[in-house]
Amino acid sequence: MTFTKQIQVLLKKELLIEWRQKFALNGMLLYVISTVYVCYMSFKFRGGELTPITWNAIFWIVLLFTAMNAVAKSFMLESKNRQLYYYVIHSPQAVIVSKIIYNTILMVFLGMVCLLVYSIVLGNPVQDMGLFILNVLMGSLGFSSVLTMIAAIASKAANGGTLMAVMGFPVIIPMLLMLIKISKNAMDGLAMSQSLDEILVLGAINLVVLALTYLLFPYLWRG
Amino acid sequence: MAQNNTKITGLGWKLTGVLLLIYSFYQGFMGKVPTLDILNESIRNLYFHVPMWFGMTALLAVSMFFAIRYLVTNNAAFDNKSNAFASVGMLMGILGILTGSVWAKNTWGTFWTNDAKLNGAAISLLIYSAYFILRSSFEDEQNRARISAVYNIFAFAILIPLLFILPRMVSSLHPGNGGNAGFNAYDLDNNMRIVFYPAVIAWIIIGTWVSTLVYRTKTVEKFLNEEQNV
Repeated sequence: MTFTKQIQVLLKKELLIEWRQKFALNGMLLYVISTVYVCYMSFKFRGGELTPITWNAIFWIVLLFTAMNAVAKSFMLESKNRQLYYYVIHSPQAVIVSKIIYNTILMVFLGMVCLLVYSIVLGNPVQDMGLFILNVLMGSLGFSSVLTMIAAIASKAANGGTLMAVMGFPVIIPMLLMLIKISKNAMDGLAMSQSLDEILVLGAINLVVLALTYLLFPYLWRG
Repeated sequence: MAQNNTKITGLGWKLTGVLLLIYSFYQGFMGKVPTLDILNESIRNLYFHVPMWFGMTALLAVSMFFAIRYLVTNNAAFDNKSNAFASVGMLMGILGILTGSVWAKNTWGTFWTNDAKLNGAAISLLIYSAYFILRSSFEDEQNRARISAVYNIFAFAILIPLLFILPRMVSSLHPGNGGNAGFNAYDLDNNMRIVFYPAVIAWIIIGTWVSTLVYRTKTVEKFLNEEQNV
């Protein structure tokens, strides 16, 4: 099988598993909605004010925690034996690339749902919606590529859950800083050229992470 | 190899490091420094605080280099070296934060403040703390070596934008940023350069030396443990 064919097959498998085990997807959707609602209750209760900066920060924190939960399971849901089976019949690069693509699709979906619910209950002060959505897309790709790699590392260790958080949060911070900066610019309706530096850095970090993941993942599963 | 037990290998570079360190300490406390507002005598921290970060980055780069060597060769010695260099690099990072904090207390009036460079330093220490937690969570040596090598390379790649790109994109209170007196302000003062560069080289050499000592101590300990178990 060619590389692209392998990715297609694996991606189809991921989507099928997700579709058949709807509890996982529904669980994540509920997770997003209830987290947003908790924020809504805590901030808008008795007419509390939510400044644009807080609105932005909370949005990204909700999305980060969602990504943590959604991506962490990508190597834990399937049994060790079945993973071994994939590695035997496919190249490891195809496995990781398909996981990243799948997680990106998942994160884009969850990010859009999050944005929708968030805007309905907490208002939407964003002026440049196009840039904001572009930012959510880039964030989805970034979160899923970094966290998929971290999840792959954590799944090899005994205390996977703790390690996922301990390794994931510091590593994601450079990316998160850029995302928050760009979305703040989008909220203020600044011209695209104002955010160009941040977009370039974010794209560069994304590229480096993707390239490293592609190169390093084969060493991870070899055990 | 073991014909002469008292022989010190690499005497040349070690001696260079020690001499440069003595020189930088002497100049650091006794030498002439330019008198600037606010900074005053605390400008001497340039010889101690800044070389820590140079040292940390250099040692962590060497650690990543050995991580790559390990993945290529599967030789356990490279993993131990990678670990030793990472731990000494982390120690230098902690010393860098401490020397910076004391300086900040006297110059800015606070030990810690929300600043891009300070946050970058703190996060890089968090990233490498996670490296040691990851290492400690494996029983099997080969697994530990392989997976921590992968994380090490990954972590170093994240460290570069964190320490070198992001702080330059925002205004900062830290010397060398946003018009604050920094290294560039001393362009006219070559006296400081004559001390600063040797200090950087000295700390990198000392860091490397300590790392090799840590590596050798650990190797001997492991060997003795295995002897006992047999």
